[in-house]
Amino acid sequence: MDLKDKLVSSFLAFENKVDVDTFVHNVRSEAIKIFEEKGFPTKKEEAWKYTSLNKLLKEDYSVFPKQENAIDYKDVKKYFIHEIDTYHVVFIDGKYSSHLSNTTHDGIDVCLMSSALTNPKYRLIIENHFNKAATTDSLPSLNTAFSQEGVYVHIPKNKIADKPIQFINFSTGNESATLLQPRNLIVAEENAHVQIIERHQSLTENPVLTNSVTEIFTKKRAIVDYYKIQNDAENASLIDNTFIKQQRESIASVHTFAFGGKLIRNNLNFFQEGERIDSILKGVTILGDKQHVDHNTLVHHIEPNCESHQDYKGIFGDSSTGVFNGKIIVEKEAQKTNAFQANNNILISDKASINTKPQLEIFADDVKCSHGCTIGQLDESALFYMQSRGIPKKEAKALLMYAFSNNVLSSVKIPELKQRITKIIANKLGVNIGFDL
Amino acid sequence: MLKIENLHASVEDKNILKGINLEVKPGEVHAIMGPNGSGKSTLSSVIAGKEEYEVTDGKIYFEGEDIEELAAEERAHKGIFLSFQYPVEIPGVSVTNFIKTAINESRKAKGLEDMPAKDMLKLIREKSEMLEIDRKFLSRSLNEGFSGGEKKRNEIFQMAMLEPKLAILDETDSGLDIDALRIVANGVNKLKSKDNAVVVITHYQRLLDYIVPDFVHVLHNGRIVKSGGKELAHELEEKGYDWIKEEANA
Repeated sequence: MDLKDKLVSSFLAFENKVDVDTFVHNVRSEAIKIFEEKGFPTKKEEAWKYTSLNKLLKEDYSVFPKQENAIDYKDVKKYFIHEIDTYHVVFIDGKYSSHLSNTTHDGIDVCLMSSALTNPKYRLIIENHFNKAATTDSLPSLNTAFSQEGVYVHIPKNKIADKPIQFINFSTGNESATLLQPRNLIVAEENAHVQIIERHQSLTENPVLTNSVTEIFTKKRAIVDYYKIQNDAENASLIDNTFIKQQRESIASVHTFAFGGKLIRNNLNFFQEGERIDSILKGVTILGDKQHVDHNTLVHHIEPNCESHQDYKGIFGDSSTGVFNGKIIVEKEAQKTNAFQANNNILISDKASINTKPQLEIFADDVKCSHGCTIGQLDESALFYMQSRGIPKKEAKALLMYAFSNNVLSSVKIPELKQRITKIIANKLGVNIGFDL
Repeated sequence: MLKIENLHASVEDKNILKGINLEVKPGEVHAIMGPNGSGKSTLSSVIAGKEEYEVTDGKIYFEGEDIEELAAEERAHKGIFLSFQYPVEIPGVSVTNFIKTAINESRKAKGLEDMPAKDMLKLIREKSEMLEIDRKFLSRSLNEGFSGGEKKRNEIFQMAMLEPKLAILDETDSGLDIDALRIVANGVNKLKSKDNAVVVITHYQRLLDYIVPDFVHVLHNGRIVKSGGKELAHELEEKGYDWIKEEANA
């Protein structure tokens, strides 16, 4: 049985475990139908031209990990941003780990999706937001069909989350291969502010495939800063589907740091449903081996006087491959839109490659849209210059690469997170220098 | 300190240096002059260890050691410094952090700990004041958007920070107005001692009014065709290079 059939048939088993007489379950039932009809995306689809899931889909994934696995904090501490106080919601093989987590209902809600879906207290918010931002593409639909666990964050009007929130998904791989489908919902009400850090971390050599959906709602004047650290083990793959609906004057930023894992696909979608919205999409990708990362972004400008800023930097070594597909739609009503997109890449190996494609669909006539993509190599004359001042070639290369990604890093607002990412980069580049630029 | 014997070097199979002999002793200032295309910049790049240049014959000794196999950074660690004719722009790396990294990498190569931040700051302040460099300038990206004069001053600032044994100044005077030239030359003179040496590579004589050479060599077509004292530079300034070429070709 192929994975699609296996998933469709296990939906029946899933229904036995959840309350079927609910709003959410109606949504799930619809979603499984869509998935059954569409199936997994193939390279024939334009949006998947450069990324093939074929190999990944051949694994015999366990869909509902059976047993609960415990992890000692000391063994996984390094995956937390532990230098600062945070709320953190931790899952092990898709199951909530209360002893690793720190949730709250004090003024703001940071808790489990499973309880938000069943607790009447959250019914209205769920009904108004759940699956209201996600699209009906096949992979988000697959996630929706099995949506059960993940993080639920609600920041009420005029509240500022007093500390950042970390979402961490560990997989232990006690099962042979694991499919995980976390489902997150973040609602920042009017004038609310929250910072979120998300990480998926495999602790096993067994294959792990994560198909996650995160829906984010930024209401009027709300600010949401979201950071994704994608530095997973070499046999772990991630399909990240993130959907952000913004109301007027809100600011939403997503930083994606893609450093590891086998295959990563980021479907990042912004929908601007009000005036004077700012959407910020930034990314640093540093790959080696045979890693593959595909950034697929969409910014949908629907109303006038909004902005979007995209800046993705990529460094590709060994036989790694990258894709950047950035789509900007400016509707006819969206006059005075400012939309910027930049994708700069450095290839440090002859075997590495990048496919980059801006896609602009502009229906308004008074807008500023710019896009630019570059693919280059490290500047040899700069390397010699640095060497002649005593900086060894390896360190000189690392410094150039770090400098190349620095304007994305510099917009990270949590200093400890920035430091951590800098360390990961130094590690990735095999150098031990401070990068204190 | 520096001894070059019968040096031949080529780039992309084109022979540029065709048998250079030169000896520089501690405490000396040498000027290497010559028309465009005579091989001046190639000579400086070869000494500094630029990979694109291939030494096809001859030897370069630094403090008695054959340095042919050493990478550029290893030569820097031994005390060779090249001030570039065209300093490279490095966006995203500030002047301060670049020089910090350079100093600490050199220290690392010598088995020393990083320089304490306090000492580093003090040193930076001292050297930047000597070269009349504005503090704001130090936090800018290295050479990015610098004027020609700023770039050259920044080269000498790095030289002052690194305190090399042998400094090769490649066309350091180009792009400098007279005030900047004086500041840069004063900086170089202050750094001079009986233990280090300076090689000034220049097309014109004017820098040599400020950094006075003990020896002047004229490079033509990949060879040193004439050597003399500082008066040779004046002669070249007055008569140009044609007579040298004629003499060499005769």
